[in-house]
Amino acid sequence: MKRGRKEGIAERVFAASTLIAALAMPFVIAAIFYTLWQAAYPAMEKFSVGHFLISTDWDPVRDSFGALPNISGTLVITFLSLVFSLPLSLGIAIFVTEIAPNPLKGIVATAIDLLAAIPSVVYGMWGLFTLSPLMGSYIEPALKSIFAPLPVIGLLFEGTPRGLDILTASVILSIMLIPYAASITRESLLMAPSMVKEAAYSLGATKWEVIKGVALPHAKVGILSGIFLSLGRALGETMAVAFVLGNNHRIPTSLFSAASTITVTLANEFTEADKEIYLSSLFLLALILFVISFFSLIIAKFLLLKERER
Amino acid sequence: MKKMIFPTILCLLFLAHQGLAETINGAGATFPYPLYGAWAFQYHRYSGIKVNYQSIGSGGGIRQIRERTVDFGASDAPLPPDELRKARLLQFPTVIGGVVLAVNLPQEIRLDPSTLVRIYLGEITKWNDQTIKKLNPQIDLPEREIAVIYRADGSGTTAIFTHYLAQISPSWKAKVGEGTAVKFPVGLGAKGNEGVANYIKRTPYAIGYVEFAYAKQNKLNTPFLKNRDGSFVFPSFESLASAALGADFSAKNHYYRFITDASGKESWPITGATFILLAEEKKEINKKVVLFFDWAFKNGDGKAKELTYVPLPEELKQDIRNYWKINGLW
Amino acid sequence: MRRNNGKKIRKTIGFVALTFCSLAAGLGLFWLIFILGDVLRQGFGALNVALFFQDPFPPGEEGGGLRHAFVGQLLITSTAVLIALPIGILGGTYLAEYGRGKRISHFLSILTDTFVSIPSIIVGTFIYALCVKPLGHFSAWAGSLALAIIMVPIISRTTETMLSLVPWTMREAAFALGAPYYKVIVQVVYRGALRGIFTGTLLSLARVAGETAPLLFTSFNNSFFSLKMGEAMASLTVSIYQYALGPYSDWHDKAWAASLIITATVLLLTIIGKIVLPGGKSKR
Repeated sequence: MKRGRKEGIAERVFAASTLIAALAMPFVIAAIFYTLWQAAYPAMEKFSVGHFLISTDWDPVRDSFGALPNISGTLVITFLSLVFSLPLSLGIAIFVTEIAPNPLKGIVATAIDLLAAIPSVVYGMWGLFTLSPLMGSYIEPALKSIFAPLPVIGLLFEGTPRGLDILTASVILSIMLIPYAASITRESLLMAPSMVKEAAYSLGATKWEVIKGVALPHAKVGILSGIFLSLGRALGETMAVAFVLGNNHRIPTSLFSAASTITVTLANEFTEADKEIYLSSLFLLALILFVISFFSLIIAKFLLLKERER
Repeated sequence: MKKMIFPTILCLLFLAHQGLAETINGAGATFPYPLYGAWAFQYHRYSGIKVNYQSIGSGGGIRQIRERTVDFGASDAPLPPDELRKARLLQFPTVIGGVVLAVNLPQEIRLDPSTLVRIYLGEITKWNDQTIKKLNPQIDLPEREIAVIYRADGSGTTAIFTHYLAQISPSWKAKVGEGTAVKFPVGLGAKGNEGVANYIKRTPYAIGYVEFAYAKQNKLNTPFLKNRDGSFVFPSFESLASAALGADFSAKNHYYRFITDASGKESWPITGATFILLAEEKKEINKKVVLFFDWAFKNGDGKAKELTYVPLPEELKQDIRNYWKINGLW
Repeated sequence: MRRNNGKKIRKTIGFVALTFCSLAAGLGLFWLIFILGDVLRQGFGALNVALFFQDPFPPGEEGGGLRHAFVGQLLITSTAVLIALPIGILGGTYLAEYGRGKRISHFLSILTDTFVSIPSIIVGTFIYALCVKPLGHFSAWAGSLALAIIMVPIISRTTETMLSLVPWTMREAAFALGAPYYKVIVQVVYRGALRGIFTGTLLSLARVAGETAPLLFTSFNNSFFSLKMGEAMASLTVSIYQYALGPYSDWHDKAWAASLIITATVLLLTIIGKIVLPGGKSKR
């Protein structure tokens, strides 16, 4: 009986500890939200959230802060990096699942996944020392000479290309993002029903038509999930873009504009904000980012679950 | 294998001793970083005490000491007495340095204050602008856009620089103002004096403002600047020292003083002291910090001159020691 | 006749599309080789013995090393593992065992998965507000805590997945022998999932070994060698950040060398993890 009692206690302690550990995650999420909210409160009070979101002022001298330049920088870079990376991710996923011969499949898939393993600070360094000079001296001037004279599109290529701008930052970020959507899309494509594919082939469809008509539609939700996952990752990336963005608190007007994102502003100014309202504004930026990326990632997860349920 | 145990233990003990030695933590201005880093290195050799100085910008120094997350803060932007009182801080200068312009151009050029202001306001955008040409008639300036570089972080160097610009230009004062982090109308932001120096080096046709030691260490091209007395001065130890002459710091207002636009034919127009901030109530820690700077006052002048900082005159050092005494730190 | 033309167009379209996909793969591989090659080339040239065994010289003086940063990185990361491992494994155990099938574990799984990709700089600001400001100083503990928060969801999900793969029959056999649930878990299920749990740990380690942002305002930085977890401590990643943005070419060289070491370590951990993990299912 003694042994039974002891074991009973041990059992309960163990079970309880697992539950507590499992609850640690939601607890931390709630704690983060609460802490950010509390620290951001003075700024919320002074500027009112709505006004903060649309104000373009980032003026530490006059104690006037607004989130629009940083939010727009974050959104523009995220958008551009998705535009650059998603077609590649899709193409790679199709290549690995449908085109590559068997021995190559695993190698290419792993190789692409390694892109996600490279530390972001190394991406930043490589961006600053290798990519940025290439962009500033060769690629961007070439792009400018081709596109600047065109109407409408030419507006995107205004300004002097220096390699330290949203275009360079977006290119680096897009390379980082490739493996995320590629991996999810790959898994989704693998789940396409092979019997339907065989049927299509036997009806004379070309390989591409089978991919387009059978595999891709089945992977639609997975692809969407990959988009939201990349979105979430892009929103929160700091180091890869911090080195080459140019740190200008202004809404970017051209691909060659220097800009700033919420994450980079936090990295640059967090330890230095010397007034309460300044620090509080930074926390408010952090809160905004937390909420946006959290929702993006939740949507990604739900889409993935919906697809897996089928 | 057994033979290895004893030396291994010795090695580990040595590392542990090194790793556990006393540390004083400071943070702030990038302006004096090369000097503080050199002083700390030598002080460690001399006393075994580690002075861990992190150059995160004056804004950071002020913020961290306000929150008492470091043992001392460093800032080139001095705090006025009422702010010191509010934050319960003590303040004293350690050395004088100069903020110089640096350009990525093949030639040595001359600038004057109003031209400088207009460049930073974005009113002058190309190097071969008439105004610049007039100052440099012999030089073939390129028809290129000026890449203006400023400090993206909270910076005492910016404070000194913008204080000077506001001093000599009502237009700048009204449009931008002065401070550790102002809203610069044009340009690229870099982090720390280190970052600005880095950007200038890599960006052709760039102009930026840095503490002199950074320009010197990185062999940047530093233009002549017209001073108050009308002469075009080149940044050097002598021109900095000339500007520092007659700088009247007083313990009464905790040494709060900007010394830009100094008079004197040889004086460099943009000079400033750099300051240490201490938390009033941390008597024990402050004693240790003060001991380090006293050592630096006694032994660090040579290194300071080598890195083109101007050591404080002896009377001022004594005055500072008095200040420490009065405040129970000495 | 028309049918033949139609087939040709379809084939051409297909060919173009498939070529694009192959080119995409090629481009992806190109970037990988380009970046890794650059890191290898630049970093290798700057590797020397002093880098590992000497502490830094004052800024602007050539020489010195990054010993303080290597040691710091090891200390902070291993402490993070020690904190995150028990929480992650226990949490994953709940999701897979005691909470199996319950709605709350479904909800917790989703939440945990989401948190894997949360912006790491936000975790840094959180820990600053929690640990640094109230205590009045930066510390390696704070840095480890920030990293641990990032690691826990990864370990937890991998543990859950691996434990779920252990067949129920093994548990039944142990129950039949009269063992209490916790003993069944610890002695039977864990043993069966050991490899997977180990891999999850490796992958989470790979994830945080390269993190910089969460350390910026927690463990901060130290220009000296230090073993004190209660004080600011240097780390390799923050040193890379600091040195890359500086003007000294000596600093740039060291930053490349450090990048090489970190990248090689992280890639090694990732590759080992992928080989060891059965089914190739890595948690993102």
